[in-house]
Amino acid sequence: MNQRYLPLAATIAIFLIAYAVCIAQYPNMLSTRVMGNLLTDNAFLGIAAVGMTFVILSGGIDLSIGAVIAFTGVFLAVLLQSTAIHPLAAFVLALVITTAFGALMGAIIHHLEMPPFIVTLAGMFLARGMAFVLTIDSIPIRHPFYATLKSLYYTLPGGGRITLIGGLMLLVFAAGILVAHRTRFGANVYALGGGAATAQLMGVPTGRTTILIYALSGFLAGLSGIVFSLYTSAGYSLATVGVELDAIAAVVIGGTLLTGGSGFVAGTLVGILIQGLIQTYITFDGSLSSWWTKILIGALLFAFILLQKGLIQFTGRRRRHA
Amino acid sequence: MTSALKAYAVRLLPQAAALAVILVMVSLAFPGFFRLEMQNGRLYGSLVDILNRGAPVALLAIGMTVVIATKGIDLSVGAVMAICGAVAAACITSGHGLATTLLITLATGILCGLWNGILVAVLDIQPIIATLVLMVAGRGIAQLVTEGAILTFNDPGLIFIGSGALLGLPMPVVIWLAFGIAVALLVRRTALGMLIEALGVNRRAATLSGVSTGVLLIAAYMLSGLCAAIAGIIAAADIRGADANNAGLWLELDAILAVVVGGTSLLGGRFSIAASLIGALIIQSINTGILLSGFPPEFNLIIKAAIIVMILIIQSPRAQSAFAFLSRPRAEDGKTEQEAK
Repeated sequence: MNQRYLPLAATIAIFLIAYAVCIAQYPNMLSTRVMGNLLTDNAFLGIAAVGMTFVILSGGIDLSIGAVIAFTGVFLAVLLQSTAIHPLAAFVLALVITTAFGALMGAIIHHLEMPPFIVTLAGMFLARGMAFVLTIDSIPIRHPFYATLKSLYYTLPGGGRITLIGGLMLLVFAAGILVAHRTRFGANVYALGGGAATAQLMGVPTGRTTILIYALSGFLAGLSGIVFSLYTSAGYSLATVGVELDAIAAVVIGGTLLTGGSGFVAGTLVGILIQGLIQTYITFDGSLSSWWTKILIGALLFAFILLQKGLIQFTGRRRRHA
Repeated sequence: MTSALKAYAVRLLPQAAALAVILVMVSLAFPGFFRLEMQNGRLYGSLVDILNRGAPVALLAIGMTVVIATKGIDLSVGAVMAICGAVAAACITSGHGLATTLLITLATGILCGLWNGILVAVLDIQPIIATLVLMVAGRGIAQLVTEGAILTFNDPGLIFIGSGALLGLPMPVVIWLAFGIAVALLVRRTALGMLIEALGVNRRAATLSGVSTGVLLIAAYMLSGLCAAIAGIIAAADIRGADANNAGLWLELDAILAVVVGGTSLLGGRFSIAASLIGALIIQSINTGILLSGFPPEFNLIIKAAIIVMILIIQSPRAQSAFAFLSRPRAEDGKTEQEAK
């Protein structure tokens, strides 16, 4: 098997083993209902994590996505409450704003040569601040169109439901995989992550690619915000604090190197599912406290970093001998 | 010596000027800003308040400066603050003396730093990921210590650290000033600072020229852990309880900002602890100033973001090279490498 696929294979193996352990303890977890809920509950995180995967593949980082998700939710809630605009138009408007916001951050990172960490940190403050300015209250969304969207689902055999947002996450992942591996933009992202100087010498348009990557991340964060507002039917400026960390953790657990240039969008999906599985297990158990989620995810992160480290050293040594 | 002092003043000038501008702006919006009063042998006033409220970020910035100078970053300091606050509260409520409690707490912080340091130096993991592990798991560990509740305590000794006063100044101010001066002297009066900068600019070259980079790296992260422990004790002593969920939340970002605003490059190398401390004061002045000047607090984050972006754009390599045309060329700015991306 190709060395590149080892981290992905390890992630999938760990998910399957963990799921098997869960089922052995709680046989009820083997149901399409649990699977469906796993998708629905993590839909917003998954969609944002696809954007984060592209950013990390290019060697950057985007700390603003949690704030952008919250901003989108508040923006939609305020817009739908105070105007008669149709939700679909509001969705488009929100996506335009978040995409432009991401592109602006990308432009600053490229043209002013500032580290993505600091630029997106300022972006996080700005987006969260805009949400605060719109409102500091939690505003419910009671539009009938929301009720229609929420009532859409596909019933799986066994009573499980793939809701609209769960399905949308799967679609976004499918699109992300296609873009990463079947388009020129995807190849450029990998090249940029492999080394900016090398990419430039190869003729990769680094400026345009950087801006597009952060615009994509902004767009997906906006989409994730829409999904989150559908999921909670409300907009609250203090929501989704720290989602960027969960997304980064999912990307790393999914086998993507934080140094950039190597990894798979599909791995991130498995990373999301592993995090969701831990939470589901803790819910099923009932006696375990919520903080074990954090400790377990931290331990998993550590294990995957070690695994990748070992793999890199292993392949490096083999290449030297060859 | 005077020339060294002059170079020092030139280095701190942009940060000091930015701080002065912000303070003057706040005083325009809030006339009584510079008033200081002596009551019961203790200074009161908005300026003292800024020094006092800024204590945790200032302490974190000390350790963060050294870590960033080694070309690293420590994302775990906020979580380590929570762990140490929890440990301090748990120790003092289970009947240990003040000295034992402080010792155990500081040792916990150093241990957290040791863990980060080993991941970075021995296992050779990228600092941002290595410290992410403890950042994610740390709050869980802190909640494990406090068992999910907010552990309150009423030991007068421990509370004194958070709200007491020494020489007219609040205790947290005395602590961060003294600790900052001690660390700055330690790195600048010995070769340590130079070795750290060598390590940050090029680790391989530093190793080849005989610097024990591994030990130095681990020591940098241990210092950062120690700073986080002290900040954690102050934060817990201030509210007389350990809040595992909120103690030090997002302070790692403020500390990193303080260092960057202080002009230390995230790419490692030259650093200045004094500039980072001024950076921490700039951030706290913005926070306090926005509250005092009567802006709605909702605008707090936007104004903060705008000011930070302005300071960063002025410091960015592109702007620097534009300035270079206007002023005489400076030898110290060699950091326009492609790595900046």
